[in-house]
Amino acid sequence: MPTTMMKPAEPVHVEIPSDAETPRTRGERATEPLVFEKSSPGAHAVTLPALDVAETAIPADLTGEAPAWPELGMLQVIRHYTHLSQRNFCIDGEFYPLGSCTMKFNPRINEHAASLPGFTSLHPLQDDEDLQGALKLLYETRRFLEEIAGLDEASLQPAAGAHGEYTALKVIRAYFKDHGQPQRNKVLAPENAHGTNPASCTMCGANVIAVKAPGGYTDIDDLKRIIEEEGADTIMALMITNPNTAGLFDRKIDEISKIVHDAGALLYLDGANMNAILGRTRPGDFGADAMHYNTHKTFSTPHGCGGPGAGPIVVRDFLAPYLPVPQVVENNGVFALEFDHPKSIGKVRSFVGQFGVLVRCWTYLRACGPDGLREVAEQAVLSANYLAARLQDRYEMPFFHPESGRFCAHEFVTVPDRLLGKGVQLLDIAKRMIDYGVHPPTMHWPVRNCLMVEPTETESLETLDRFVAVMHRIADEIERDASSLTLAPQNATVKRLDIVAADRKPKTVFEG
Amino acid sequence: MNYVSITPQQRQTMLDAIGVDSIDALFDAIPASSRFAGELDLPPAASELELQRELAVLAGANRGGSTRACFMGAGVYDHFIPSFIDQIISRGEFLTAYTPYQAEASQGSLQAFFEFQTQIARLTGLDIANASMYEGATAVAEAALLALNSTGKRRVLVAGTLHPDTLRVLRTYMDDLPAKLIELPVSEDGVIAPAVIAEHADNDTACVIVQSPNVFGLIENWATCFETVKNAVTVGAKPLGVAVFNPIACALLKTPGACGADIAAGEGQPLGVPMQLGGPYLGLFSAKQEFLRKMPGRLVGETMDADGRRAFSLVLQTREQHIRGAKATSNICTNQGLLALRATMHMSAMGPAGIRAVAEQCWHKAHDLAKRIAALPGYSLRYGGEFFHEFVVTCPKPARQIIDAAKADGLLAGVDLSCDRMAHMGGENELLIAVTEMRTKAEMDALVASLKKHG
Repeated sequence: MPTTMMKPAEPVHVEIPSDAETPRTRGERATEPLVFEKSSPGAHAVTLPALDVAETAIPADLTGEAPAWPELGMLQVIRHYTHLSQRNFCIDGEFYPLGSCTMKFNPRINEHAASLPGFTSLHPLQDDEDLQGALKLLYETRRFLEEIAGLDEASLQPAAGAHGEYTALKVIRAYFKDHGQPQRNKVLAPENAHGTNPASCTMCGANVIAVKAPGGYTDIDDLKRIIEEEGADTIMALMITNPNTAGLFDRKIDEISKIVHDAGALLYLDGANMNAILGRTRPGDFGADAMHYNTHKTFSTPHGCGGPGAGPIVVRDFLAPYLPVPQVVENNGVFALEFDHPKSIGKVRSFVGQFGVLVRCWTYLRACGPDGLREVAEQAVLSANYLAARLQDRYEMPFFHPESGRFCAHEFVTVPDRLLGKGVQLLDIAKRMIDYGVHPPTMHWPVRNCLMVEPTETESLETLDRFVAVMHRIADEIERDASSLTLAPQNATVKRLDIVAADRKPKTVFEG
Repeated sequence: MNYVSITPQQRQTMLDAIGVDSIDALFDAIPASSRFAGELDLPPAASELELQRELAVLAGANRGGSTRACFMGAGVYDHFIPSFIDQIISRGEFLTAYTPYQAEASQGSLQAFFEFQTQIARLTGLDIANASMYEGATAVAEAALLALNSTGKRRVLVAGTLHPDTLRVLRTYMDDLPAKLIELPVSEDGVIAPAVIAEHADNDTACVIVQSPNVFGLIENWATCFETVKNAVTVGAKPLGVAVFNPIACALLKTPGACGADIAAGEGQPLGVPMQLGGPYLGLFSAKQEFLRKMPGRLVGETMDADGRRAFSLVLQTREQHIRGAKATSNICTNQGLLALRATMHMSAMGPAGIRAVAEQCWHKAHDLAKRIAALPGYSLRYGGEFFHEFVVTCPKPARQIIDAAKADGLLAGVDLSCDRMAHMGGENELLIAVTEMRTKAEMDALVASLKKHG
């Protein structure tokens, strides 16, 4: 790379502010300059080998400028990202009980698996004969997911849970169109469904109708009423989450399934809460015709600050012809990608799918085995109920009534009305948890003013007990002086953010 | 090994605290008819050591770019990745964090995404960018949805020179919507003629989507294409120009923004992401400022904390599915955060000079190899237009045979354009060859010798 002759710079006197550079927690700094602000013109972290062929002139009318990216040396680059990493909570460092997100431990054998050069160096258009190990792994993953679902055929293509919902809805719609029922374009979903459910419906041109869900449960009378008013032959599917988004297994799932099927519609399971039922029940056992998994929830693939995930779907045999292509198949021990499915909806993303994520998923399923998976669900449910039981005297649990045999599944909802009555906001409680090294749970969802806590099976009893102590301490603080919490967090890398200002005139790029 | 650390004794303590005598009591809500009493038919649990062995066998049963020189492209490219990226991306603070909804506990990823957005906006010559989509094809489909949504019109014109999988995904996404996808025919010289755009554009046209370099590696004339579609529409909102771009080409050639694009969407894999059999990758999505409130996906913005210090948070979440439901701009929730982090680390390490050098080496090596192959008896270049780092060769025999023969020479010679996966975009003798900075002169010599021997 050419070096630029630069004028020697004057030495700069460095001022060290009294507190700005004082380490706060875990080596964190008050602020970290942007990578652009660390740029020194001419610095570089990487050089390429000298060009070993003759140059060919590049027409001037085609060319533009190099992008205005920062210029740094390698150590500066690494230090920048190391510093940024130190400003994040993560499962490795903190308890992260985000309801509906299943923040379980991410095993490192999964990462080892996905980083093997025999996997990472594969081009997606290579011939099947060159991919036998990878295709075998994908085929086995497919079969594992079918077995756990109690359904017939999986597609590994969707890139995330919402993408899986979209794909399955397209498949269901294609099935009805192929069977002379194109008018079935309405999808029912409980009012407490994940936001992705209605959004996915919109993306495939379906109308979504909300079903009442008092106490978290899908209201059977409302379901019947809607089907009758809208006309049974216009309904495509009911999208249900079970255990539902309030963390409760629906005792009436059999009846719901019957009502939906009697209307000629199909039952779709949002598999976000699969961690609660692995090996104890299968969606196929309670009437689901199609479902998606979130491998980044249930099967321990890392969340990576927001992705990647994978959202494989599984369907009953009559829907299988409509699944995306390619499908990974096995014939006499030889694995292949099959494209010739004339009724397929086509493709929902390029190539095969999130292969590297699916490698991690396969590795986790192989590590757990059938007994291990069942124990995952059992411990996840036990840990959630344990926390709920120990917190219920200070934090009201509208859906948790162990005295009458009503337990939660793998997560629980608290609406801490007594504490909120002292003048504290839910946000204050959440932000105070950060000070105690706990990531705040999901807030205001599925009901207003709630915290939804999902401990997962991988947390130790010591961590669970510490969480109880933290929640009790926060309750004490509120009872003593509710206003003190408005300053939280005090020990984080930053104080509380002005989110309203961020939205008022959004600044989404650096303009320096 | 299911990573549960709680002991049987502790389990009993927990049951006692709840006031039940068995775990079964907690599953009582599952109706008897729906309970699964059997055992899942899965292989028994394996130890980590057994898995390491088994994975080594599975990985070893593949023959990819780690054992053969890869001249395959068609949307996925073998590029240099600095060693530090795998190391730093593996830090638990990046790997095992969630979406940064709780800003005070996520300043690291938020700042990194803000920097990523800035780098992508600058790379594409546009104002804003989001924090990633699933991959290139869905990013393009989302661009079409944005165009439909913002113009209120229904026709989406798309160049027939997009990668086949991008076209396939667009067809899926447009189907069932009040939208019509018009696939523009490819001219004899392998590009989209502006006249074809003018012919198909009408007052109901929402956008034209043009990829450059296109599926044949050829450089399209974005500026003329976008100008043509805008001029052809005289009533109502102007249609949008959607540029489907390659980030490496952008570092050398004119950017989408410089060519008048309103939206740029593309596959981010060339920015530090291994080929890994098609995913996970990341979709890049940038646009003019006026589309900020209609953007799909997450956006990070700058704000202040209570002490007035600079800090970052997600912004405009009211566009997103968890707030807006059926009226959201997209259903995307989980995105490709860790891949966006890879890409931003890659861009910071490469810098403007490094990425420019990569792009220039791609250009020079591809052109050198193209000349040498065209000089071989029986071989010629299929198209005469300008290309970047990928080109189509007409072989003296079916590309399938050439590719098969080259494997024995340790080469992945290219992509057969007549195959199903490439949607028969070329005749059976047409071979698509990509050359990146990774390919050495020795490997190029080997490919030339292989083509000569087997031609």
